[in-house]
Amino acid sequence: MRPFLLKGGRVIDPSRLTDGVADVYVVDGKIESIGHNIEVGLDADTIDVTGRVVAPGLIDVHVHLREPGQEDQETIATGAMSAVAGGFTAICSMPNTDPVTDNQAAVGFIVRQSIRAAKARVYPIGAVSLGQRGEQLAEFGELVGAGAVAVSDDGHPVVSSHLMRTALEYAKVFGIPVADHCEDMALAKGGSMHEGIVSTRMGLQGIPSAAEEIMVARDIILAELTGGHVHLCHMSTRGSVDLIRRAKDKGLRVTAEAAPHHFSLTHDRVLGYDTNAKMNPPLREEEDREAIRQALKDGTIDVIATDHAPHHYDAKEREFDEAPNGIIGLETALGLGLRELVEPGLLSLPELLDRMSTQPARVFNLSGGTLAIGAPADIVVFDPARRWTVDPTLGFSKSRNTPFAGEELPGVVEWTFVDGRRVYRKGSS
Amino acid sequence: MTSPLGKDLIGLESLTPEQIQLMLDTAEPFKEVSERSIKKVPALRGKTIVNLFFEPSTRTRISFEFAEKRLSADTVNVASTGSSVSKGETLVDTARNLEAMRIDMVVVRHSMSGAAQFLAERIRSNVVNAGDGKHEHPTQALLDLLTLRDRFGRLEGLKVAICGDVLHSRVARSNIWGLLKLGAQVGVCGPPTLLPRGIEALGVTVLPRIEDAIEWADALNILRLQLERMQGGFVPSLREYNRVFGVTSERLDRAPRDLVILHPGPMNRGVEIDSDVADGPHSVILPQVTNGVAVRMAVLYLLAGGSPDWAAPPAGEETR
Ligand SMILES: [Zn+2]
Repeated sequence: MRPFLLKGGRVIDPSRLTDGVADVYVVDGKIESIGHNIEVGLDADTIDVTGRVVAPGLIDVHVHLREPGQEDQETIATGAMSAVAGGFTAICSMPNTDPVTDNQAAVGFIVRQSIRAAKARVYPIGAVSLGQRGEQLAEFGELVGAGAVAVSDDGHPVVSSHLMRTALEYAKVFGIPVADHCEDMALAKGGSMHEGIVSTRMGLQGIPSAAEEIMVARDIILAELTGGHVHLCHMSTRGSVDLIRRAKDKGLRVTAEAAPHHFSLTHDRVLGYDTNAKMNPPLREEEDREAIRQALKDGTIDVIATDHAPHHYDAKEREFDEAPNGIIGLETALGLGLRELVEPGLLSLPELLDRMSTQPARVFNLSGGTLAIGAPADIVVFDPARRWTVDPTLGFSKSRNTPFAGEELPGVVEWTFVDGRRVYRKGSS
Repeated sequence: MTSPLGKDLIGLESLTPEQIQLMLDTAEPFKEVSERSIKKVPALRGKTIVNLFFEPSTRTRISFEFAEKRLSADTVNVASTGSSVSKGETLVDTARNLEAMRIDMVVVRHSMSGAAQFLAERIRSNVVNAGDGKHEHPTQALLDLLTLRDRFGRLEGLKVAICGDVLHSRVARSNIWGLLKLGAQVGVCGPPTLLPRGIEALGVTVLPRIEDAIEWADALNILRLQLERMQGGFVPSLREYNRVFGVTSERLDRAPRDLVILHPGPMNRGVEIDSDVADGPHSVILPQVTNGVAVRMAVLYLLAGGSPDWAAPPAGEETR
């Protein structure tokens, strides 16, 4: 692999709080040096990235890749390709595959498939319970040994408080977080959108915010009881934000993520019964959206994670109540972060990149999220000023279920590197 | 040929007061058609209408069918039993098939909110919502409005209390929009478990007890209590519901004025309404049924591009 120099870009490294124009020199897949007038080898390529941002590759701790089981919706290869096109160099795949990723062999399969795809790094998340049935703990040791970086029963909550307690305790042995999908199933039952004035008007059964908050409160209490690390997936309500803030003030090991759609959209988007606005947790109210934004600013919510959830087009082409939850998100996340958080002046660009790379690496204890000298060269180069129009037919995911189709977003990803390998180049992949 | 209502009738929420008024006014001459010995006019001759009922309904289907036949349309009934609908054919496939058969109008009833709109967005035919989930049931609300207007001579300023399971009721939603748009005041009354949280934001008054509703209102529209609400944990028992929220003649006797009683049917006598109230002098439950046919004739006629100025031609033109 030839060494290369990224020349003249705005280099932002949230892990070292640096931000300025510089050159980045990559040798043998690692960051060799950053500075000016770097002496490069004769065989080195020089890439002019003037006017572009050079940053640690983005990391998404919550994606659904559908393989094995629903390869018509996504595969590890297409998901990993979609990731690098969105500027992500690493993604964590949720275990609600078919069969469930609840054993060593299943984790190994994902790792092997991702190596074959050779795009973004794919870190498997193992199941908390066998078959995600919420009864018996999966073998965390075996899962971690095969490459799992966390455990989750995502898709479902860990309903049993006893199982959640034991999972948090046992996960401490391996230093991994237990990522919980917080939903009180009895309260949410039958619901297909947020419970509020819009659900009343549309005659759709609502899911109250309390369904999420009750489980958030429980998980926080169990984190305190056990000293384990609970990671709260896709937070969507202002009440959840308040609970997390108090937990963090107490010094508990609680981390949280929010999805771009929850800081971009509200339940009004469901009007007209657009099934691409159906997700779980649902789009909430303006006050919730604002609370999520503030929580991303002040660090109450640690990371942005997409909850990338591909669905075949005809699965969404049906009655709202019957349509599956979720949207794809890998290729729109950066643009939404820029448009919704940076352009209004809420987050600085380095802060956005921190929530999308450095913090995810820290929370899930992954490599990456840094441009430190000697670190693997997982790098994204994007043009923050150029705008593009979302056209799902041009995306790399196998699925097209996004509510952002036709919208204009800032931030065009131009190059993505993993281990110094060029895994994405705008217009040539 | 664009109708003053647009292509479809999905709900009253999106309509203007003038459009709602137009449907009510157009229903007036159609009332008279149903009083004739030969109850038929040629307004929709040559039009094909499919009554697509994904959810069982006797009353609404029969009412639409009478309306269609009295307008001389050709009709086909597709019910959810014994058709491809029950064999798992998707709504989108059903829509495509209807489109391929060049149907002029589709009257659709479906258990899921949004289904009528879903269909309307995918076919060129006019779509009439005959009830979609908990969303809207516009022709039911129109016949309620017409019945109230017949009784009071006006809707403006009228106080109408909608009583019962508002949470799960498409009839309630359509009535709320229609009444508010035509200047009536709307109260809702029922167990808090069956009232949507924050419904005041729609512009209605919440009346906590049935006695409050009876004291406040000029008319009560009493919703049917679905028996499955007990399994859902919304009400403990039918007996208790009747005792706390039932409209009984003892309660009505204490009303400051005679209340007009509406019910969209089918009734659970002895649950939400007592028989002596349902059959009593202030009940307009049977006029509602009569008006249902006239209102549906008006809706179909207008959507088909009929002139609002139309007056029923004399019988005889379409005798045989
Ligand atoms: Zn989830």
